[in-house]
Amino acid sequence: MSGGEISSRTLQIFFLIIGRRLTGRMAAVDDLQFEEFGNAATSLTANPDATTVNIEDPGETPKHQPGSPRGSGREEDDELLGNDDSDKTELLAGQKKSSPFWTFEYYQTFFDVDTYQVFDRIKGSLLPIPGKNFVRLYIRSNPDLYGPFWICATLVFAIAISGNLSNFLIHLGEKTYHYVPEFRKVSIAATIIYAYAWLVPLALWGFLMWRNSKVMNIVSYSFLEIVCVYGYSLFIYIPTAILWIIPQKAVRWILVMIALGISGSLLAMTFWPAVREDNRRVALATIVTIVLLHMLLSVGCLAYFFDAPEMDHLPTTTATPNQTVAAAKSS
Amino acid sequence: MAEAEESPGDPGTASPRPLFAGLSDISISQDIPVEGEITIPMRSRIREFDSSTLNESVRNTIMRDLKAVGKKFMHVLYPRKSNTLLRDWDLWGPLILCVTLALMLQRDSADSEKDGGPQFAEVFVIVRFGAVTITLNSKLLGGNISFFQSLCVLGYCILPLTVAMLICRLVLLADPGPVNFMVRLFVVIVMFAWSIVASTAFLADSQPPNRRALAVYPVFLFYFVISWMILTFTPQ
Repeated sequence: MSGGEISSRTLQIFFLIIGRRLTGRMAAVDDLQFEEFGNAATSLTANPDATTVNIEDPGETPKHQPGSPRGSGREEDDELLGNDDSDKTELLAGQKKSSPFWTFEYYQTFFDVDTYQVFDRIKGSLLPIPGKNFVRLYIRSNPDLYGPFWICATLVFAIAISGNLSNFLIHLGEKTYHYVPEFRKVSIAATIIYAYAWLVPLALWGFLMWRNSKVMNIVSYSFLEIVCVYGYSLFIYIPTAILWIIPQKAVRWILVMIALGISGSLLAMTFWPAVREDNRRVALATIVTIVLLHMLLSVGCLAYFFDAPEMDHLPTTTATPNQTVAAAKSS
Repeated sequence: MAEAEESPGDPGTASPRPLFAGLSDISISQDIPVEGEITIPMRSRIREFDSSTLNESVRNTIMRDLKAVGKKFMHVLYPRKSNTLLRDWDLWGPLILCVTLALMLQRDSADSEKDGGPQFAEVFVIVRFGAVTITLNSKLLGGNISFFQSLCVLGYCILPLTVAMLICRLVLLADPGPVNFMVRLFVVIVMFAWSIVASTAFLADSQPPNRRALAVYPVFLFYFVISWMILTFTPQ
């Protein structure tokens, strides 16, 4: 036994030493091979026509890397590469939503955002720059439900409260006016805003899925990403609703135009890559419908919640409540 | 290995004996008594305590709960970093406050056609479901506070706003006018700030630091809406 053990031990040591030398050499060879592989990887991502597939849950829509042969696509790819954790988020995306949908942890994955991320997304929604896709830049396969839900809640109360305040200020001097808080309008506002923020993305997602089955689109969004874009695009309406208190028709309509311009362009630029490959008329019709629904929402809210300022209350220059009261009392 | 070491002197045995073979000869159930009480001494004391509260008078029971609620009121009015609200949570206080607030805020049912202030049910639903929503939001963001603890804190921190409602109702008994409105506005703003400070003193520590603002903002919105309802209350 001892003789056999000693001989086997020496053989082990012998092979260990030789193996170390071999692996040392192998490491050098591996280094070379690793370098080659690295070159191949960078050349692969530099080629915009290549597509890579993420391994995600089968419930999620497979999101392909956009590889458009045009120049703007190349800029977007470079921008995507410029951020360090793009690979990391792509890897993590596959492991994220793995809990079954009846557990609490599944819903926690939709609230996996930090304060600065929410602020970045809000800032991105306020400054839509052509060529930068909101979803790709900010959402990046981490769609959250915190932003859409609380932005909609804030918007509901902003519209209801501002409408109430504006009506109070407009009718301030009238003798027959008795102030009412108009609480029923809160529930109406809530229904409208939440229906818009959830049903329109659902319809749009269904439509995009249907078109995807007919025409191979390079870019496709999941339902939560569409909800996220719509939620953050509604953020511009919060300051707009507060500024609608000013009882001047011209001011209100200018605000409508500005808000519609910003959020409409954000939506159009987000969804244009998703319908670009399609039939020209279908693509244009989709974008026009998106912007039209958005305009309908803002104009409808303005018309329903904010009374029109009557003509004899409009002073010549700027509107202040004291001047309107004085004008009403003098007339 | 144990087999080889155990029988060095028995080269003739066909099968080596396993190590702990002798123990199977002992019959455990009869020789070693394995029965007794699996109770901790503390438990029996608590059982005595429970039976004694069953026999106490109703007045004692109610006063004990009321004292607990009153103690928590004092903690809200002077918010310090203490754990009393969190540790011994109860939902009596939030219920009393919510019902009081809703009773005072409801509009007179005579003017039901005109779009006036909220009904009792609307205020109640907004307060309760608002608290539940904020709690869910806080838990989804990864806070380590339990569901009922958070409901307890949010409900108790409505106390300053209920006091503001009482003051506003008293002030409204005087002549309506801009001075009246200014007084009410000032009171509501002060109480709103007090509520926010009190609730964040309890709730802010339960969140990871990079999400604290995300968890506190809904609380701010919640108390703002309640303050707005108090401020715009007009008796018909």
